[in-house]
Amino acid sequence: MENIQNFQLLWFFLIAFLFLGYALLDGFDLGVGMLLPFVGKSKKEKDILINSIGPVWDGNEVWLVTGAGALFAAFPHAYATALSGFYPAMLLVLFALIFRAVSMEFRANDEKRAWLWEKVLLAGSGLATLLFGVALGNVIYGVPLNYKMEFAGSVLTLMRPVPLLFGIVALAAVLMQGASYAVLKTEDDLQLRCREALYIILWVNVATAAVYFVVMALIFPALLSNALFYVAVLLSMLGLAEILFSLRNENDKALFWKSSLFFWGLWIAATAAHFPNIIKGIDAPHLSITIYNGSTTLYTLQVMSIIALIGMPIVIAYTIFVYRIFKGKAQARHY
Amino acid sequence: MDALILARLQFAFTVGFHFLFPAMTLGTSLVILFSETMYLVKKEEAYRKITDFLARILGLIFVVGTATGITMEFSFGMNWSGYSRVVGDIFGPLLAAEAVIAFFLESVFIGVLIFGRNKVSPKVYWLSALLVFTGGHLSAFWILAANSWMQTPAGYEIFATGKIVLSNFSQALLNSSTVIRFFHTVMASWMTCAIMIAGIAGYYVRKRLHGETAKMMLKIGIILFAVTPLIQLSLGHLHAIQVIETQPEKAAVMEGLFETTKGAPLYLAGYVDEQNEKTYGIYIPRMLSILYNFNLNSEIKGLREFPKDNWPPVNLVFQVYHVMVGVGMLAIFMGLLGLFLLVKNKLFEAKKYLFILPYLIPLPHIAHETGWISAEVGRQPWIIYKLMKTADAASVVVSANQLVFSLIMFFLIYSLLFVMFVYLFVKIVKNGPEE
Repeated sequence: MENIQNFQLLWFFLIAFLFLGYALLDGFDLGVGMLLPFVGKSKKEKDILINSIGPVWDGNEVWLVTGAGALFAAFPHAYATALSGFYPAMLLVLFALIFRAVSMEFRANDEKRAWLWEKVLLAGSGLATLLFGVALGNVIYGVPLNYKMEFAGSVLTLMRPVPLLFGIVALAAVLMQGASYAVLKTEDDLQLRCREALYIILWVNVATAAVYFVVMALIFPALLSNALFYVAVLLSMLGLAEILFSLRNENDKALFWKSSLFFWGLWIAATAAHFPNIIKGIDAPHLSITIYNGSTTLYTLQVMSIIALIGMPIVIAYTIFVYRIFKGKAQARHY
Repeated sequence: MDALILARLQFAFTVGFHFLFPAMTLGTSLVILFSETMYLVKKEEAYRKITDFLARILGLIFVVGTATGITMEFSFGMNWSGYSRVVGDIFGPLLAAEAVIAFFLESVFIGVLIFGRNKVSPKVYWLSALLVFTGGHLSAFWILAANSWMQTPAGYEIFATGKIVLSNFSQALLNSSTVIRFFHTVMASWMTCAIMIAGIAGYYVRKRLHGETAKMMLKIGIILFAVTPLIQLSLGHLHAIQVIETQPEKAAVMEGLFETTKGAPLYLAGYVDEQNEKTYGIYIPRMLSILYNFNLNSEIKGLREFPKDNWPPVNLVFQVYHVMVGVGMLAIFMGLLGLFLLVKNKLFEAKKYLFILPYLIPLPHIAHETGWISAEVGRQPWIIYKLMKTADAASVVVSANQLVFSLIMFFLIYSLLFVMFVYLFVKIVKNGPEE
């Protein structure tokens, strides 16, 4: 038993890492998708914004595919319960992601309806972000589960205030990822508008993060005696303060890393509160799906560990290689 | 209608739709790799123009494929949570490994292929073409290994609780149908792309558009079109032998064979009367036995050897299987005709042949869809052959009403995607490669 518990622990953190990777990387794609109509005035400016994420969003979305696959492989009960239980929400996530993906390609080839595809991109990016936050809020805050590990709530369960708060926190954080990335990739007037947007979004995040940390401390009093929680709060505050500092000094390159640092802080607090649950059973903690009762067997976890621990460093290496190819300011034309 | 049928319809519709796109990407990545290699070696501009043109088409195909692919990864949890709980131990790792080993590679480097022509050296661009090709094909391997495991499971143990657990990863991965299914499906994809490229270039050449680039593209397309259906014939043959040996009831259903027969006939076309358990049609006597092991009298098991409760829908599988074979035969004929015209130096003037070519583009899609239906419906009533019934696999918390809603939504959204895809595909083709 000692042995399998180590692997269950490893996979809890690997999956948290994969979803954090998704949040940080596809986070800026989704953020740019939402900001596009607000900061891009001309067609040329919108082209620049789309081309800033065009070469990389595909790869970024694979972090989600990998995270979901890893959840299936390591904790199939959590994967099965969440996806079937949150059926209407997951359906909307799929539709939002489908529209987000095709809207950029359709916009590039269907100039007459470019305005429509920009709206679709905004709606798809926003809805996907909100629902990811709500879904995460539900599994962390807890949902009604029965003794067969099945979801026992309804659509209304999914829309309780605490999960909705998670959705709003996610929207604000993802917008900040997008705005800080956009400042990095743009120039002149467009960059100025991105910087202004980032300034507003920064203060929104100050408010949502404050509410988030207070609510987390109230729901999970144990966090107050957990050092990780204070690390999380400090990292987030540091991230926000540094963004303000970098904005004042026009240090564009640092912004994206500071925004990511802030997001990381939110993530650590969520992970610390959640462990070792994967889906918390509200009102009946003994029905929770945890890393101990929801995992696959030792052998599967071992095989998966070999694949992930060899595969992911290679993935990260060539991802960095490709980001370096596209470093610098984005252009309006790509062919 | 009950929830199970709706869930099955939804899965069939969403995966059938998704399959159209990866079937085009694999072959397209092959031709891109070829033309980019030729460009690197010969430095002829025509090859670069072909790569750039195909990269634009690939961008459109890939995005719809990715968008509809995420549906599939979510669907096992959303609609088949019963299945996911039982097989997470085996099926989960195959999907996860696909993402880590293959899908990342393809998705990261496709960005370079589409956006990076002027950002990287020709060698790095070529490397990206190679890695997109490799990633796509590895991805197909892992997905088809997962599918094959459902057809011919191996490397597992069953716990007292009914949970199916992994006991030997390499046996599960390389179960008895993985390798042949992989090659058969990849060849179907190459055929799909061969006919697509021949169709597009045929249109250009007939309209005297894009000069040498179009002729070069047509040559590549026709050579692939002549070669791939012939290779597919032998791969399909080997696949059929594997099915006869490992899933004999599916083979019997495909061939419409009820009685175990020494010297079994091969039906070319026909109809299965399921009530009276009789097959009517045109057949070649003893041909099935000959094809099986070159023996006139070899024994092929009939459907009556197996409990009737476990029979799949016979006529449906028989028909779709024969449509696939028929389309394959037509492809062999048309491909060889094109090669004949090419060798005789008459291809570029063969107005009628060039006129027909673009209309053949949907043909291989019909073949791979019907082939896939015969493989999957032919496995019924099992979701995992002889281990788990489809009826026990569905999500218990998803109601029929929710499924009606989701099925309608998928139908509407995918119809929109399809219309937009065809419209933009035609538009990109009409714009053509750069002059």
